Amino acid sequence: MSGAATTAGSELPRSAEPHRGLPPSAGAGIAGLSILRAEWTKLRTTGGTGWLLAATTALTIVISAATVAATHCPAGASCSVDTTRLSLTGIEAAQALVAVLAVLTVCTEYSTGMIRTTFTAMPRRLGVLAGKAGVLTGLVLAAAVVAVAGCLLAGRLILPADGLTAARGFPLVSLAHGPTVRAAIGAVLYLALIGLLSLGVATILRDSAVAIGAVLGLLYIVPIIAAVVGNPVWQRRLERYGPTNAGLAIEDTTGLRHLPIGPWAGLGVLAAWTAAALLIGGLLLRLRDA
Amino acid sequence: MSTGTITPYRAPRRTGNDGFWQLLHAEWTKFRTVRGWLIAVIIAAGLIVGVAALLPRGSNQCGSGSQSGAACLAKYPIGPGGEAVSDSYYFVRQPLAGNGTITVRVTSLTGMYSDQGGFQGGGQAPGVRSGLVPWAKAGIIITQSTKQGSAYAAMMVTGSHGVRMQYNYTSDSAGLAGAATAASPRWLRLTRSGDTITGYDSADGRRWTKVGIAHLSGLGSIVQAGLFATSPAYEQSNNPNVYSEPGGSTSPSIATGVFDHVSLKGAAAGAWTGQFVGDGGGSSDGPNGVFGKSTQPGFRHVGEQFTVTGYGDIAPEVAGDTGNDTISDHLFGVFIGLTIFLILAVLFITGEYRRGLIRTTLAASPRRGRVLAAKALVIGVVTFVLGTAAAALAVTIGLQLAHGSGIYVLPVSWLTELRVMAGVGALLALAAVFALSLGVILRRSAVAVGAAFLTIVLPYVLGASGALPREAAIWLLRVSPAAAFALEQSVPQYPQVFNQYAPPDYYPLAPWAGLAVLCAYAAGALGLALYLLRRRDA
Repeated sequence: MSGAATTAGSELPRSAEPHRGLPPSAGAGIAGLSILRAEWTKLRTTGGTGWLLAATTALTIVISAATVAATHCPAGASCSVDTTRLSLTGIEAAQALVAVLAVLTVCTEYSTGMIRTTFTAMPRRLGVLAGKAGVLTGLVLAAAVVAVAGCLLAGRLILPADGLTAARGFPLVSLAHGPTVRAAIGAVLYLALIGLLSLGVATILRDSAVAIGAVLGLLYIVPIIAAVVGNPVWQRRLERYGPTNAGLAIEDTTGLRHLPIGPWAGLGVLAAWTAAALLIGGLLLRLRDA
Repeated sequence: MSTGTITPYRAPRRTGNDGFWQLLHAEWTKFRTVRGWLIAVIIAAGLIVGVAALLPRGSNQCGSGSQSGAACLAKYPIGPGGEAVSDSYYFVRQPLAGNGTITVRVTSLTGMYSDQGGFQGGGQAPGVRSGLVPWAKAGIIITQSTKQGSAYAAMMVTGSHGVRMQYNYTSDSAGLAGAATAASPRWLRLTRSGDTITGYDSADGRRWTKVGIAHLSGLGSIVQAGLFATSPAYEQSNNPNVYSEPGGSTSPSIATGVFDHVSLKGAAAGAWTGQFVGDGGGSSDGPNGVFGKSTQPGFRHVGEQFTVTGYGDIAPEVAGDTGNDTISDHLFGVFIGLTIFLILAVLFITGEYRRGLIRTTLAASPRRGRVLAAKALVIGVVTFVLGTAAAALAVTIGLQLAHGSGIYVLPVSWLTELRVMAGVGALLALAAVFALSLGVILRRSAVAVGAAFLTIVLPYVLGASGALPREAAIWLLRVSPAAAFALEQSVPQYPQVFNQYAPPDYYPLAPWAGLAVLCAYAAGALGLALYLLRRRDA
């Protein structure tokens, strides 16, 4: 059944623009903060949210620390390691959990039919999407700040034991270093953008398994294709415009001149992907029956 | 709701049709009748094949020259073991009939290499340095003939790996360590007795140590014995700290060995003749005058002393920096197909939880372990069959396309091909069983798919894309379920050939070890799933 349409005019054909029951003035009454509060309550009271966020933070730090610990620069060898980027390796794993959280935010409502209740109570669908985006971004930002801080701390503590010492041109990972601050802020923003991208894709696809498959495929398959594709022109294109490759350029602090895409430009590419996903998702949300 | 400790109700008696075959049939029907899943498995198999066709790797020998296509296909000689080999060296030889012994003293091994890549004709090019590549070789050799790919055994001093005995391209054993100099020379000896050749080394020419024994079949009564020098191309990796095959550059090198106390005992006839064996090993490592007129392949015989200069290599061909492909390069789509199979395997169980069908399933067949076994068997067999078939097609098509565009694919035996194809099937099937178990454990599709990606896909991406430092990547590809990608490796790594050994051609674990790692993960997850399925309410 076409959920929102039945509340007012059940004779409407399925393909018609769904009718929104409440007049604009009533809609305005439950806009803004109320939507945010409603979405916050939903996400807060869902069992998995806290666990997912805690797991995101923990996994990011553990993977970063393990990677840093597994790295060795034997005495006498010349090592080219970007210590900041290395310390932030866990972000590659964190994005999967952020994507799961974002997909669940939308798809759980579709799988349980809750979405019809939501749209009956709050007919401004774009407002609902914005509310979900706002709550999700807040949560992801909070988790990401803790995760990134933990990663950098782990790098600072473990890297000297790998032989990557200041004496050999690898100063301690420190927030007094401009590019490292940029990388840290960028990594936090990266995760937030990945969350919003996943939210957009989930709104488009609606089924949780399909949506998570699509998002993770986009995040993980493109970089590996870029790594092995034989054609250098395509390799460069994928490295410049793939969401993961471009977005993670924000974590680079050395050899910036040789990057396929600059740090902020790369994050901009990811932002463009996110905007496109949210735009299409928002459009479909308005046009389709729930 | 669930109280955790209470054992769920189970029907006290079996009711009619709950034999395992019926259960298997029921699960197969559930899988077969969801049209989206059928389409998805066909797409997954199609991607495995399609990517082989769309993503050709490697490069041919022509570079950006005027020739292209099959005309550029390298023609490597084939060694006695069936592998493609490089067999180019400068040879100062005499025919030797029947059994005999050749002994020399090596007093020096020096060389030059260029670190500028490419060639520049005329005079000594810029970027030429004095020094040896690690596997520059000079020593003595007994070979069936001067035809490339012949059976041989050789004793040699090397650039930085001491004295070695090598035979038939793939075998290598170490002798005395350290370089050969006038102050500390190296004595080398090879003795032929029938089809057996024994190698010895010595620091003083009196106390000899056996280094190795080679059994060469079909050596013939007359063999060629003598001195040789060769030097493989100098390889520069863009970033040696990364575990991937980077676009490194190769440039020519050349080596000169100085010998004295040369003695050939046995039915040897005639004088020493010099000859360059091979055609320079393709275009990429021939010096073409890079090192100037004074350093050309050849030999001088002054009094007791022989000076032999040569380049090339006597070793198996490898993939990687050389631009050669292996059949593993055509299996890149397996990783993409895997992502779809993972999602399907998760949905195969979480779909039942979402729709409540699981309660009907468990009411119909209360023995929960059997239900899980039937599900695992169905999804495992489907992925194994499709995966193996898709891999077979991908390898066949990839081989045709690579040859068509002049890219050399290292030949392997049909048994190895079969192992790789069935290995892909096994990799996909075990990964699917692992994902199914995650689905039982976590019950929510998005969470289970996320977990499957985190444990299999992410380690492969991090390990094989060069995103991690070398040690971390190798560690990840040893301990994570992604270790099973080692099943795709088709040619061995040779320690005696300097190369960037990295995915997708080479993996840190042996194929069967990689399979065992994934087996362990799948078995562990299946066990936990079984335990939870029995304990929890559905």
